[in-house]
Amino acid sequence: MRLTVSHNTTYRFDPPMRGVVQSLRLTPARFDGQRTLDWRVNVPGAVMGAAFRDSAGDWVETASILGPVAEVTVEVTGEVETSDLSGVLRGHRERVPPGTYLRATPATHADTVVQELAGAALSGQAGTDPLARAHAMAAAVAEAVVYEPGLTEHGTTAAEALALGRGVCQDHAQVLIAAARHAGLPARYVCGYLHATDEGGPHEASHAWAEIWIEGLGWVGFDAANACCPDARYLRLGSGRDAADAAPIRGLARGRGEEAMEVAVAVAAAGQ
Amino acid sequence: MTGEAPFNEMYQGDALRPPYAGLDVWARDMPAELRSMKQHEAEALFRRIGITFAVYGEGGDPDRLIPFDMFPRVFSAAEWRRLERGIRQRAQALNAFLADIYARGEILRAGVIPAHLVHCNEAYEPAMAGFMPPRGVYSHIVGIDIVRTGPDDFFVLEDNCRTPSGVSYMLENRETYPALLKRTLDSLAPEKCEGAPRAVILTPGHFNSAYYEHSFLADMMGVELVEAADLFVEGDFVWIRTTEGPQRVDVIYRRIDDAFLDPLCFRPDSMLGVAGLMNVYRSGGVTICSAPGAGVADDKAIYCFVPEMVRFYLGEEPILANVPTWQCAKADDLAHVLEHLSELVVKEVHGSGGYGMLVGPQATRTQLEDFAAKLRADPANYIAQPTLALSTTPTFTEAGIAPRHVDLRPYCLVGERIELVPGGLTRVALKAGSLVVNSSQGGGVKDTWVLAE
Repeated sequence: MRLTVSHNTTYRFDPPMRGVVQSLRLTPARFDGQRTLDWRVNVPGAVMGAAFRDSAGDWVETASILGPVAEVTVEVTGEVETSDLSGVLRGHRERVPPGTYLRATPATHADTVVQELAGAALSGQAGTDPLARAHAMAAAVAEAVVYEPGLTEHGTTAAEALALGRGVCQDHAQVLIAAARHAGLPARYVCGYLHATDEGGPHEASHAWAEIWIEGLGWVGFDAANACCPDARYLRLGSGRDAADAAPIRGLARGRGEEAMEVAVAVAAAGQ
Repeated sequence: MTGEAPFNEMYQGDALRPPYAGLDVWARDMPAELRSMKQHEAEALFRRIGITFAVYGEGGDPDRLIPFDMFPRVFSAAEWRRLERGIRQRAQALNAFLADIYARGEILRAGVIPAHLVHCNEAYEPAMAGFMPPRGVYSHIVGIDIVRTGPDDFFVLEDNCRTPSGVSYMLENRETYPALLKRTLDSLAPEKCEGAPRAVILTPGHFNSAYYEHSFLADMMGVELVEAADLFVEGDFVWIRTTEGPQRVDVIYRRIDDAFLDPLCFRPDSMLGVAGLMNVYRSGGVTICSAPGAGVADDKAIYCFVPEMVRFYLGEEPILANVPTWQCAKADDLAHVLEHLSELVVKEVHGSGGYGMLVGPQATRTQLEDFAAKLRADPANYIAQPTLALSTTPTFTEAGIAPRHVDLRPYCLVGERIELVPGGLTRVALKAGSLVVNSSQGGGVKDTWVLAE
């Protein structure tokens, strides 16, 4: 499938800031399921630099904007050829040992409720392989957290979202990560895009899901929000230990201005 | 304490040990007034240049003058040669370990060290995996704490691979050490550096307990002492704001913890770090000393494996031995520790500075019982070591010259070369009989001298 992406993020500062520095992880991952045909990341007014491939295999670059900054827009456009690998991240080069993804973060801490969810999901799974356990875990999370936007926010932890029983893709991913790690499966947070076609389903063009490490198979994606594994409708950017760590844009503004953010994302299948 | 008397570095019975011959005459001949004058001079010097340290959690002004004892500790040239070889060997092995675990992890694949001890360690920094810093050096200043129990018996108590402090307490090495440090930092310029490298010291600010040391080192090295707000990232580099406009920074000797280095990579709420610093570092535009993630090598759970590291990477036998250590994570070790708690020193795996530790022989029954409960609740958080009979050296006390227990912290610099300042810092437990040398717990410092051949 050929996916075209247009993704603009605008930050407005009032009063203007003295300067802004951003770390951008906005370039499609390189693996067998994706071939980038065209991709541009543009931040008008910024000095770009300090670009490198990070330990997790993601392309990172840095944007610096000297003040006064009243507004800054990160513009992403591009086209990527995707294929369905049933969620398996085949051919992705990275250096972080999977075992490090067993470490919890504050946002993915497994409280007793998360632990109970993991335990319930795995009851009757004794003796099954890790892939079956991961599927069982993802299904349990899909059932335990109903998709409903507007109730959770960026800082919502896995434990809070599960207690609420409702949330968005970030919450599904973080609950699944917390539960998987508790069960001894390394897990991480993935950011990307989704070409949503189902009527009535979660329409989050800017999307997130989880990856779980399956010995012998490697990293496998699980999208508990849509109760499926990533296929050709998914475009993978980068990963992290939780939502904040994996954020496609991490920025810091110097000054005392109030920040407002506006995002416009469109993902289309080319030729449709 | 073990039954026998501790090793006295100056006297063996009535016999004077040769390294102390000159000092013996000096101490004997010095009139009391002169000694008291000299002591005041030393204290005035410490106060003037601001060598203080902070003690937290006891109320009052946390900044205190560190007690300085004028009676130096002396090593013969032969004693020092062996120590020096052992320290260099250890610093080299610790750096080889760091280079390995952030690359292929051969020592983990070989099963010498359990992988989870490294990968699940909070000090292991995933953002460093696959990245080779300039010259492959991760820990540029290795502080190795050494204790002595006999003429030839030296043991490593712990390693400090992040940013060990205390160098400013060494009076005799006030000039040598900063010069060597400057040379080390200059030798670590990043690949994109052109011309003479510019090094800076990054401090959390004057509220930090070691701020005076940061400012002392910057002064002595002739480099800028900066806080995060003095630096910024633009393009491929880190820049310092100066009166002549922005200047490129090549090497940052940071005295802030990993978690606070860069809010765009680590803790987003850090006010002490420089946004984008890690991206510049990873893309070869600046060197950070010590490298983020170097602390995993000085973790007390990893400590037990350092002799194995020496064998694995250098193919040599360790010159300096570890103190025998029980890892409470192991059931057998825990049982032994609980049974012998009153004879042991128990430390937190991730603790430092003498906080959170139990000195069994000096603990009350209630303290022992409380600590046993903590051990049972979270055994993996503790290690235990025998209470060593630390050597003593003569120390000026109110009642005259008397033996006091000491340890040694030499500072090994790793850059293009591995360099060691002769001597290092001797810490002394000023209370009679006390074995705790930490400045936060009633310890002081003294100079360490190494005799020429």
